[in-house]
Amino acid sequence: MLLDVGNFRRLRFLTIWVAGLLSFACAVMTLALQTSSSTQQPATGAVSQPATTAPAGQSATSTPQPSAPGLQTSPGGLNVVVLDAAHGGTDTGARGTGGIQESDLTLEFAAAAERALEQQGFQVLQTRQGNNNPSFDDRSAIANAQRAAVFITLHVASTGIPGTVRVYVNSDLPPVTLANGFIPWDRAQAPYLGLSRKLGDLVQGMLTQQFKGSPDAAQTATIRQLRTTAAPAIAVEVSSVLVNDRADLDHMAPGVADAIARGVAAFKPLYVTASTGGALP
Amino acid sequence: MDPAIEPASGRWKFWLATLLVFALIGAAIFVPILRKRMKRAAQLRQQSEEQARRELIQPVPMNPSDPRVKAKLFWLSDRDNSALAPVTVELPLSSDPVLRSKQVLDTLLAGPVDLELRTLPPDATLLAFYILPDGTAVADFSEALATSIPSGIASEQLAVESMTHTLQANVPQVKWLKILIHGQEVETLAGHVDLTGTFDVNAGTEQAPTNPSSAPVAGKTGALLLQPLTLDSSTGKLARQ
Repeated sequence: MLLDVGNFRRLRFLTIWVAGLLSFACAVMTLALQTSSSTQQPATGAVSQPATTAPAGQSATSTPQPSAPGLQTSPGGLNVVVLDAAHGGTDTGARGTGGIQESDLTLEFAAAAERALEQQGFQVLQTRQGNNNPSFDDRSAIANAQRAAVFITLHVASTGIPGTVRVYVNSDLPPVTLANGFIPWDRAQAPYLGLSRKLGDLVQGMLTQQFKGSPDAAQTATIRQLRTTAAPAIAVEVSSVLVNDRADLDHMAPGVADAIARGVAAFKPLYVTASTGGALP
Repeated sequence: MDPAIEPASGRWKFWLATLLVFALIGAAIFVPILRKRMKRAAQLRQQSEEQARRELIQPVPMNPSDPRVKAKLFWLSDRDNSALAPVTVELPLSSDPVLRSKQVLDTLLAGPVDLELRTLPPDATLLAFYILPDGTAVADFSEALATSIPSGIASEQLAVESMTHTLQANVPQVKWLKILIHGQEVETLAGHVDLTGTFDVNAGTEQAPTNPSSAPVAGKTGALLLQPLTLDSSTGKLARQ
């Protein structure tokens, strides 16, 4: 009898627990439904307000300002070429049909250019060898650490006439020198714009000989990568990832590499002339 | 065992089992419905945000009473994306520089008759536009400007130039242009063109409103700085600031 009474109490206890659990589950579900239905209201509060925007020039002060070695070019002249295969890692750059990715192609073009430049007697440094993505500043720092180097960043566009190549030089950057004789890192390219223009025109000329339809002279653009580079620096952009067959771009690699190597070789004596002109500290 | 209790206990067991079975059936039916509703609600919320944003950023309406002027808008000159060309469009434009800027930029975003010649992605919108007292215009675009634009130096540069050229031709009060993406300053438009600085619109020889340690100013398109083939004598070392 005692056992039966205990059994009855246990059953009642269990029932209360189950009922309680069910009530709790129902309450949670109701709450969830209410929450979901409330989200159907237009969320006007999420609209960006002009007040959240930053006026010009304010946030740029957060730009990293790593130190860099002196700019003086060696009297021996230009020996080092820094090749920058643009993008990499999760940043694939331009993407074309059939899985063509700019980041893969730039590595391929950089490898071809390295071979061609080494044949011309240059020492070549690459900003990346694998599928990583150094920052703009890290890439620039490789060139900025050299005494006499040029910097060439390689790109593949998603527009333009397929089979053509364009060379770009950074847009006008007013040179600024601080009171202590240093120049700001974020305008490192400013003193080199003239040299960059000359290098760009020479490389573009070589490319145009090989790839008909390419421009005759280097273009200007406001390119982030070039701005922090304290060396003659150009961007070479091949058109384009929209080709039907990747082989079309693969076939361009030796020609682009050869043109770059010949352009840099033609630039070498001009660079020496400039560096021995007495303009350097 | 008390015979009176035993049937009662059996009933409890029966009701409990029934309750549990119903609860299980209810859960089996209700949980997928709940998940579906949650998913739909999330989608609706996204749509609602976008809808609200679009409603708030409706292109600035043209006021027919405004004088119709021949506005110059810059789109691609050909389908090879090689250069810009001005297209003259007669529009009723406000005399207020902010409204006028919004009107011409919205028209630029809408694109030309031949949509292949557009410079800005069709889903990009101008979220906000204002002009600071020093003549710096701040244009805040939706993320689509950065995510939908064809990646590349040429396409990004032409996109920016189409804006600066259009403002230059139609709003003389704008001296510089600062481009923001969804209220934020970004390093590049889509991996190439530098957006950390301001772009020259109508500044002429006037110095940009930035101190030497802040963002650089991109030169006016076409106005190349053809420096001699020597390094600046002022060139010293790179600075750590």
